[in-house]
Amino acid sequence: MSNKLLKVTGIRKSFEIPSGILGKKKILKAVNDVSFEIMEGQTFSLVGESGCGKSTTGRLVSRLLTPSEGEIWIDGEEISQKKESQLKKMRQKVQMIFQDPYASLNPRMKVRDIIAEPLLIHTKLSKLEQQRLVSEILKVVGLNESHADRYAHEFSGGQRQRIGIARALIMKPRLIIADEPVSALDVSIQSQILNLLKDLQSEYNITYLFISHDLSVVEHISDYIGVMYLGTIVESGPKDAIFSNPQHPYTKALLSSVPIPDPKLRKERIILKGDLPSPMNPPAGCPFHTRCPVSMEMCKTIVPKVTQVALDNHFVSCHLMSS
Amino acid sequence: MEFTSTVTEKKQVVPKKKYSPVREFWVNFKHQKTAFFASMFILLLIIIAIIGPSIAPYDPYKPDYDATLQGPSSEHILGTDEYGRDIFSRILVGTRITLSVSTSSVLLGAIVGTVLGIMSGYFGGWLDRIIMRSSDVMFAFPDLLLAIAIVAVLGPGLNNVIIAVSVFSVPSFARLVRGSTLEAKENTFVEAAKSMGAPHKRIMFKHIFPETVSSLIVFVTMRIGTAIIAASSLSFLGLGASPETPDWGAMLSMGRDYLGTASHVVMMPGIAIFLTVLAFNLVGDGLRDVLDPKTKNE
Amino acid sequence: MSEKLLQVEQLQTEFTKDKQKIRILHGVNFHINKGEVIGLVGESGCGKSLTSLSIMGLFKGTSGEITGGHIRFNGQDITSLNVNEMRKMRGKQIAMIFQEPMTSLNPVMKIGEQLMEPIRIHLNLNKKQAKEHAISMLKKVGIARPDEVINEYPHQLSGGMRQRVMIAMAMSCNPNLLIADEPTTALDVTIQAQILELMKQLQQQEDMSILLITHDLGIVAEMCDRVVVMYAGRVVEEANVFDLFEEPKHPYTRGLIGSVPKIGDKRDKLDSIKGNVPDPSDMPIGCKFAPRCTQVMPICLEAEPTSIMLENDRLCSCWLYDHERGEMHV
Repeated sequence: MSNKLLKVTGIRKSFEIPSGILGKKKILKAVNDVSFEIMEGQTFSLVGESGCGKSTTGRLVSRLLTPSEGEIWIDGEEISQKKESQLKKMRQKVQMIFQDPYASLNPRMKVRDIIAEPLLIHTKLSKLEQQRLVSEILKVVGLNESHADRYAHEFSGGQRQRIGIARALIMKPRLIIADEPVSALDVSIQSQILNLLKDLQSEYNITYLFISHDLSVVEHISDYIGVMYLGTIVESGPKDAIFSNPQHPYTKALLSSVPIPDPKLRKERIILKGDLPSPMNPPAGCPFHTRCPVSMEMCKTIVPKVTQVALDNHFVSCHLMSS
Repeated sequence: MEFTSTVTEKKQVVPKKKYSPVREFWVNFKHQKTAFFASMFILLLIIIAIIGPSIAPYDPYKPDYDATLQGPSSEHILGTDEYGRDIFSRILVGTRITLSVSTSSVLLGAIVGTVLGIMSGYFGGWLDRIIMRSSDVMFAFPDLLLAIAIVAVLGPGLNNVIIAVSVFSVPSFARLVRGSTLEAKENTFVEAAKSMGAPHKRIMFKHIFPETVSSLIVFVTMRIGTAIIAASSLSFLGLGASPETPDWGAMLSMGRDYLGTASHVVMMPGIAIFLTVLAFNLVGDGLRDVLDPKTKNE
Repeated sequence: MSEKLLQVEQLQTEFTKDKQKIRILHGVNFHINKGEVIGLVGESGCGKSLTSLSIMGLFKGTSGEITGGHIRFNGQDITSLNVNEMRKMRGKQIAMIFQEPMTSLNPVMKIGEQLMEPIRIHLNLNKKQAKEHAISMLKKVGIARPDEVINEYPHQLSGGMRQRVMIAMAMSCNPNLLIADEPTTALDVTIQAQILELMKQLQQQEDMSILLITHDLGIVAEMCDRVVVMYAGRVVEEANVFDLFEEPKHPYTRGLIGSVPKIGDKRDKLDSIKGNVPDPSDMPIGCKFAPRCTQVMPICLEAEPTSIMLENDRLCSCWLYDHERGEMHV
């Protein structure tokens, strides 16, 4: 079978948050011991609510941030602590797509120059050669040559996201980290972009690390899924296992919270009580125990271990599974 | 219920006409009536600065002892000074000096300040601390005092005035640009450039600098007013242009002895300075209304 | 049958931009019955939010203006009310909650003060009674320690709590109609589930009508009795929620429902609607959806379809269902 393109083991990242003028600095543990791996050509999605650390994980893998601990292997190369100057090769292999197609494109640059920017940075191609590649890639993402000389602000959200995808694609990357790439788009446009991402994957054998809060989108695009809560992956496994046989109480609640676009399927939901705890002051023991409907005494003190559930690669961190 | 205050964040897509940025700027700027007139005045000054010496009715340097300290008349429309030189001609010729001294000092200060400000905001850390603390120290001196000190060290003369005025402009520009840099750094496209592996220089000057330009333009315009006053003050104190040069500040300085008997000698260059500074400030205000993203969203 | 609480008839609303009038709403028609939850769906720019602002008369500070049609509330035409009469209506009989609870609350006023303001204005209560009422409202929306929360500022509350406060505020004068403009879009799913549950519960308790504006078809299916689908400032389809999802009639509605990924659905590819929403200043003639429609006919490019009544009281504006003119041109 295919090889592991990305392997992340035990990464952590904390931020120091200054509080008040004289207050002690608080520590925010954004990512707390996260491990996962992605096979070449597959899609792994990190899903969770705001503040769960999914975006930080994406930024660690893309090395926009440096992890405090842990290892990140991309295509057989460990990059977690490398300096920017040593990351040149990795920067060509890994590209990002961002959530906000308005903010992620420089409003003062023409589409042509936005898309060619990675070429300018990494290659010594002539202007002409660069422009030939730009025209090619524009076609691939469903835009045309006439769009190239306009500014990004002249386009609608969906078209802008296509520009963002073209920019990510032009280096022929192995791994694309897509951080909420469709959540700012209207539904009809969202499906265009999702279809495009899928087509590109099968055509160029691209691996995706897909970050999203939207479970229905995640189900549509993923092969494997990691469900995150307060900086840790509480459950991970193949898409079908997660959706048809969720084990962690949080995954169950999350799945049940998603409104289903079919009035015949209105159902009793599992409604979690309370709000997400602040990552600045996470609960001891299992991070989910404060909202968990089936919490036990031991959950308050002991952090659950990762347990494999039956077959394949389905893992859960919950005391209900380990006991 | 007070909902009225909350609907400002509506997202109606009232269609945007897609003007080029320059065209859009021009359309908006024309609506700023005062600033528009002020900018016409500045344009006039620039023309005078270029052609002034050739249209001056008299030689601005040549004394005429038969006509000293004359009030405005049909022959000398702004009167003459204590050597009988035509004040109107001197002001016309002095325009070039005033404008070139003030703009070049501000531009010099802006360039240095911008580079320092971008680096300070972009890299942060110890570099930021050094740059910002040194500018704090400079802020602690009154502007003019600092300029006087610099000229005192370098010696009088217009070139040194330019250096002095630009030195005291640097910290204000550095601080302004650092602020816009910190803001611009938060843009996702900056992060996108980083994720592509763009070198720092490219990120700073291709992606961040353009974001600071509009506030820079406003500030440069405003600072020119300040610089004119500072340069004139130095000349007035005898630290700038030599007395025979038709510099507006030097003219003020020369005329102060006759304030009681022939006040026009002081009044005329004074009015010229006043109008010019006012015009630059008005244009600056107008530009801010048009360019500043914070006031732009109606 | 049921009584009509709100009727929107031929509503036209325009904005002025660069001295040009741009019409955003082109004759919007729908009604809300007492105790009914209506979903107003469409993509950004379709005019759904503007419809709600027109109902509330909230154009202050913008160039928006109702230029035609009527809005009747309990039979009374509220488009002709003056500013003062409208203000009395707002908050007391029609209340609104917005998408972003942070910007809808005043950051420098305590929760209690903001909550008591409408109560004192509309219910003529004194300070003490208003405070009691405010606390009871907070309890009603499920806020755990209401007597402490009234002394807190908005930034001390989480997003979900803030939206609860907004709901408490909107509900405090027992309105007949609650307009909820994307009330959960800024919230996480588990919090969204809480808020939707709360809205459902309150709606049943108080027998209130809700106009729910959303782009999320999941929420529509979950919450609404009837659905009004808008496109380019027009109502293109209106139907009972079950009929609409069972058999969408308008090609736009069909495309919209088909493009939503649904949990448990094994489609490899989603349907999508080609192209983009047209610009209000550059609308196609004929049917506004025609350029994106998969079933476009010659007539669609020439004339705008009118609303046609189909079985089960559903309405659809599409030439496909106009058997006289539509088929003639096929």
